[in-house]
Amino acid sequence: MSKVLMKGNEAIAEAAIQAGCRYFFGYPITPQNEIPAYMAKRLPQAGGTFLQAESEVAAINMVYGAAGAGARVMTSSSSPGISLKQEGISYIAGAELPCLIVNIVRGGPGLGGIQPAQSDYFQSVKGGGHGDYHLVVLAPSTIQEMVDLVQEGFDIADQYRNPVMILGDGMLGQMMEPVEFEERKSRRLPPKDWATTGWKGDRPRAVINSLFINPQVLENHVNKIYRKYQEIKANETMAECCNCEDAEIIVSAYGTTARIVKSAMEMAARKGIKVGLIRPITLWPFPTETFQEWAQRDHVKAFLTVEMSMGQMVEDVTLSIGGKKPSHFYGRTGGMVPNPADILAEIEKVRGGNA
Amino acid sequence: MAKVFERPKSLIDIPMHYCPGCTHGIVHRLVAEAMDELNIREKTIGVAPVGCAVFAYDYFNCDMQEAAHGRAPAVAAGIKRVHPDNVVFTYQGDGDLASIGAAEIVHAANRGEKITTVFINNAIYGMTGGQMAPTTLLDQVTATSPYGRKPETEGYPIRVSEMLATLEGAAYIERVSVHDIKHIVRAKKAIRKAFEYQLEGRGFTLVEVLSTCPTNWGMTPAESLKWLQDNMIPYYPLGVKKEAK
Amino acid sequence: MAKATFDENRCKGCELCVSVCPKKIVVMAEDRINEKGYHPATVEDMDKCIGCAFCAMMCPDVVIEVEK
Repeated sequence: MSKVLMKGNEAIAEAAIQAGCRYFFGYPITPQNEIPAYMAKRLPQAGGTFLQAESEVAAINMVYGAAGAGARVMTSSSSPGISLKQEGISYIAGAELPCLIVNIVRGGPGLGGIQPAQSDYFQSVKGGGHGDYHLVVLAPSTIQEMVDLVQEGFDIADQYRNPVMILGDGMLGQMMEPVEFEERKSRRLPPKDWATTGWKGDRPRAVINSLFINPQVLENHVNKIYRKYQEIKANETMAECCNCEDAEIIVSAYGTTARIVKSAMEMAARKGIKVGLIRPITLWPFPTETFQEWAQRDHVKAFLTVEMSMGQMVEDVTLSIGGKKPSHFYGRTGGMVPNPADILAEIEKVRGGNA
Repeated sequence: MAKVFERPKSLIDIPMHYCPGCTHGIVHRLVAEAMDELNIREKTIGVAPVGCAVFAYDYFNCDMQEAAHGRAPAVAAGIKRVHPDNVVFTYQGDGDLASIGAAEIVHAANRGEKITTVFINNAIYGMTGGQMAPTTLLDQVTATSPYGRKPETEGYPIRVSEMLATLEGAAYIERVSVHDIKHIVRAKKAIRKAFEYQLEGRGFTLVEVLSTCPTNWGMTPAESLKWLQDNMIPYYPLGVKKEAK
Repeated sequence: MAKATFDENRCKGCELCVSVCPKKIVVMAEDRINEKGYHPATVEDMDKCIGCAFCAMMCPDVVIEVEK
């Protein structure tokens, strides 16, 4: 298939349809509105259902119902809307339902702004809703990668019966890039014999539930989910490493910010500064071992994490490198996007030991 | 001798957790009997609420999903959109449906979701210990209206059925009661009719069932039935509120 | 000829069946306590049972079966 020029949000929607998603439940919020609009147009053509819910709260609970009924289903929103969905997300994780949730992040807290940000990192990877659970959080940095990760995300969700989040930002959602929709081979996925489809006695009665009133039973349930998380950590952790082999400074960034860091790296190279990049693609599970590995190298003198937030992922970077090397941070927030020159200045500061 | 009354097949043969004299058990049985009579158990998917009926998924002998507080109509909509040929019902109390889930029920009804809601109105929160519900009557004393519900500060009891009946998407809405045998028979007919309307694809259906809460009302079960009759029915008139032709 | 059978151990002693029996033959068994700790409902004078099943229809715990 040839390349087509597409807006990030529309590419996500098309990728989902091509991945077999036939149900979308959402609520309008900027800057992700192209996703529901695209779905509203395309899903009926593909024999699917688009439904604009009365709220984000309702939308995520429709996802719960549809996922429990065995469908490949998704929702999308942006930061304040994702906050509203947290209750449902916690129930979905507790009931072990697969679904895809897209967050096209905008600046916060509160109503915040509508420009791109990465300030929902904590919310995405550390829980967000109540209880012991994790989302698998995928952070694409190009529109092509967004397309690829949508398919991958649905498969991961189905394989492990766990909600998966695509963490984008307003920049990735709104920009246009050429993308290719390759026919991808789906993973071999387990049958959804647990779904509520009507019980004819040919399998155990299906009960989708996250209530376990006996504490020992609940602990067992959570332990089971956490054994699954260990498997996800072992099998699904992804990161891109760029020019780390001889780097003196390793910059860490994800999504849009990683693209800007790459420009800063080229500027640094012209100045003779050796800079590497570790770009986590899965924010949860976090590529801890990748960081540990590079932190042990003598040629690496320091780490610099760059984010469009006040410093959230940097906490995971610092934890991962475990004090072996200094960990620095540079960020812009509120919808302000760092530029390559600013990042280069930070790299030089870190290198000069002045950070 | 032939059996003239036995437990319906759609109700699992285990003890229910409800307090002595609580009418939830009667309504569970009526829903199960309607499922049996229409022979729809194998294609029914139920949605349990949060509240006293939270364990309904343990009682109905069909596939079930347990929803977050108030969200059952949204969950049911998700299920029904995926399985339009199945029968989908929610079973919700007054705190769940009329308070925290007010938006979900209004919009499910307004979209004409082809689901059936069994709405238990007993004018109080049961599971959490007898707090004021949106349907608590004026001057009714509860844990959170210890001086009686006052309209100046707590507003008026909501007549859910009448409110939803104004919506175009609602196909069948009736308020029934289970305080005596005659009314129990009528309640069962209403529930059955709601399922039939759903099977015919007519739109949203809801049966509001006036019920008791002896424990939190602080009365015996028999006194509770009398209180329901004397106090609830005058404010919540029984009957069909909407019937699409 | 009719008969009401009570699953006594599941009875919660709410007495609603007593209140609806037209023949006033459903009583609480004051001489015994069931597994739940209640005096269970029972019929002592079964000959008078007309098999109307009102008791069963009123029982919230579905503990009564009626034959006729």
